[in-house]
Amino acid sequence: MGSAILKVKNLVTSFNTESGRIRAIDDISFELKEKQILGIVGESGCGKSVTALSIMRLLPKPSGVIESGQIMFNHTDIVDLPAEKMHEIRGNRISMIFQEPMTALNPVHRIGKQLGEIFHLHFPDMPKEKIRDESIELLQKVGIPDPESRMNEYPHQISGGMRQRVLIAIALAAKPDILIADEPTTALDVTIQSQILDLMMQLQKETGMAIIFITHALGVIAEICDDVVVMYAGKVAETSPVEHLFEDPKHPYTKGLLTSIPRLESPRKKKLSIIKGMVPSLHELPNGCRFQNRCPEAMEICKTEPPPLKRIADNHFVSCYLY
Amino acid sequence: MSDYLLKVENLKMHFPIHGGIFWRQIGKVFAVDGVSFAVKQGETVGLVGESGCGKTTVGRSILKLYTPTHGKVYFEGKNILELKRKDMQPLRRNMQMIFQDPFESLDARLTIGDIIEEPFLIHSIGNSEERIKNVKKLLNRVGISQNAINNFPHEFSGGQRQRIGIARAIALNPKLIICDEPVSALDVSIQSQILNLLLELQEEMKLTMMFIAHDLAVVKHISDHIAVMYLGKIVEYANADDLYSQPLHPYTRALISAIPVPDPSVKKKRQILSGEVPSPKDPPPGCSFHTRCPIVIDRCKIEDPFLRNMKNTSGNDHQVACHRAGEQ
Repeated sequence: MGSAILKVKNLVTSFNTESGRIRAIDDISFELKEKQILGIVGESGCGKSVTALSIMRLLPKPSGVIESGQIMFNHTDIVDLPAEKMHEIRGNRISMIFQEPMTALNPVHRIGKQLGEIFHLHFPDMPKEKIRDESIELLQKVGIPDPESRMNEYPHQISGGMRQRVLIAIALAAKPDILIADEPTTALDVTIQSQILDLMMQLQKETGMAIIFITHALGVIAEICDDVVVMYAGKVAETSPVEHLFEDPKHPYTKGLLTSIPRLESPRKKKLSIIKGMVPSLHELPNGCRFQNRCPEAMEICKTEPPPLKRIADNHFVSCYLY
Repeated sequence: MSDYLLKVENLKMHFPIHGGIFWRQIGKVFAVDGVSFAVKQGETVGLVGESGCGKTTVGRSILKLYTPTHGKVYFEGKNILELKRKDMQPLRRNMQMIFQDPFESLDARLTIGDIIEEPFLIHSIGNSEERIKNVKKLLNRVGISQNAINNFPHEFSGGQRQRIGIARAIALNPKLIICDEPVSALDVSIQSQILNLLLELQEEMKLTMMFIAHDLAVVKHISDHIAVMYLGKIVEYANADDLYSQPLHPYTRALISAIPVPDPSVKKKRQILSGEVPSPKDPPPGCSFHTRCPIVIDRCKIEDPFLRNMKNTSGNDHQVACHRAGEQ
C-alpha cells in the first residue's frame, strides 16, 4: 500500500442553525492511502457524512462552512480552492455515490442520457457515438444485464440495486482517483448488498482507485475495508488497520459497539451488552471527552479535558486517556 | 393444539391492482400466498425475508389491519377472521403491535402520557387517577423518566420513541405482540438496548411474540423458531439454532452467507445470489426461487414445492419447501 493520496488534517466543519452554531465535525484527522478502502464508521450524527461532503465541498450553503483545517489531495489543499478549480476535481478526480439511489438519479431523464452527460462534461470533445459506446461498456462493467436496452430506460423502471449500479457507473465514468461511497448499501436488501460490495471490491482492484466507504455497519467494514476510522459525536475515536480494530479494539466506544451487535453464532436470548444512554446532541455536548457520560471506564480527567488522538501502534490512533 | 396461542392456516393476501379507463381490476399482487405456522404460548417466532417478501403483510393480516383474501387465523382457538367487529374489540387488547418507524407511529399532537393512556380509555379501564398511575409505571418500566409524561414525541430520540411505542403496546397486558422491524431504524448502540428490553418484558409478562425483521442475526437472537419468507411464501421453518446451523433451503443458505460478519479474520467464501427478487405481481411458475437458485433443476421450473416436514440431524422438526432438500 502506497503513500497517502488524501490527508485530512484538523478539519472543523460547522453549521449555523437556529439555535446557534454547531460543530458537526471538530478537529478530525485521517489519511487515505493509494489503492486503499478506508471505512468511516459511526452512528447517526457522528459526522461521517459531513466529512464526505466537506471533502467534496458540497456542504449545504450558506449554513455549512469549513472553519479550519486542511484537506490535502495530491499536495493541493482543496479547502480554499476556487469553485472553478474544484469543478475540475469533483466528479472527475474525486467522485461520490449516495445512500438513496432513487433520489440521486434524475427521474425525468433516461439512464443513457444521465451517464452520457458525465462524459460530455468531463470530455467535451468526445463524439456522440464514442460516448454511447463508452456508456454501454461502463454499464456492462458494473454488472447491468442487457446494457443497450437499459440505456433507454428511466430510473423508476429499474430496481434499487440496479440504480446503485448505475450511480457507480456514473461515478466511475471519469476514472476518478478517489470514490467516496456514503452508505451505498444501507437501503438495499442483504443479498443485493453482497452483490454491490463484491462489485466495489472488484472495481477497486481493476481501476486501482482509493475508496472511502462510509457506513454504520461494522460487518460491512470488516468485509471490505483495509483501514477504519471510528467516529463519535464529531470526533475521531479510533483509527487503525481493520484487523487490529476488530481483534483488539482500544477505545471503549469501539469495544461497546463490537460487543453490542447480535451475532449469528452467539447464543440466543442472552442479554446483549449495551452502551448506556444515547449519542449526545451536538447542541449539548458534554465537557471533556464526548463519550464520557456513556463510558464504563470514565475517569476524572475525561470529564474536563478532551483527549487528544494518540498514536499507540503503527497506524493505530486512539483518543482516550486509558492509553 | 391448545398450547398454541396463535395458529395461522393457509393465509393469503392478494392486493388487487386497478387500471385502465374503467379502473377495473387488471391484476393482483400476491403479497402473501399461502402461509401457515403456529406459535406456542410464551414463544417467539421470527419472520425473516427481504423487502417485498410479505412479512409485514402477514403481521398486519393477523391483526386484521387488512382483510385477508383467504385463510384462517386462530387466536386462543378462535378463528378471528370470522369474528364481527364488536366481537373482535375485546380480543384486540390481547394483541398489540410495535412498528418500525417510531417517528410515524406516535401521534405528534398528543403528549406521550396521552399516547400511553389511550389504550386504557379505549377499553374503559380504571379512573383517571389509576390511569395516570399506570402510565407512570409503564414509563418507568421502559426506561423513560416519569417527568417527561407531558412531553411530545418530537422531544424524544428514535430509541426513546421506540420505548414509548413499547409502553403503549404492553399497557393492557397483552398476550401477543407483533413487532414489525422494531430495531431497524435505530442506531447500533440503541438496538441492543431495545432488544434487551423486549427480552426482559417477554420473560416478565410471559409474552408471545412475532418478530418481523430483515436482519437474520437480530431475528435469530430473539426467536425460538424462524420462518424464512420469499415472495409471499414460507420457504423454511425451523428451530432458530437449527436454521442457522443446518439450513436446508438454498435461499436460507444464501441469506446467511450474505450477512457481513464483523470479523475480518473470517474470510468466508460468500455465495452471492445472482439477480433480484421477482415482482410479486407476476411470480415465476414453479418454485418462486428458481430464477435465482444455484441448484435449480427442471422440476423446479414447473412444480411448486410444498412445505414438507423433515427431521434434521438434531432430531427436530424442520420444514422446507425445496424439491432438492434432503438429497445426497
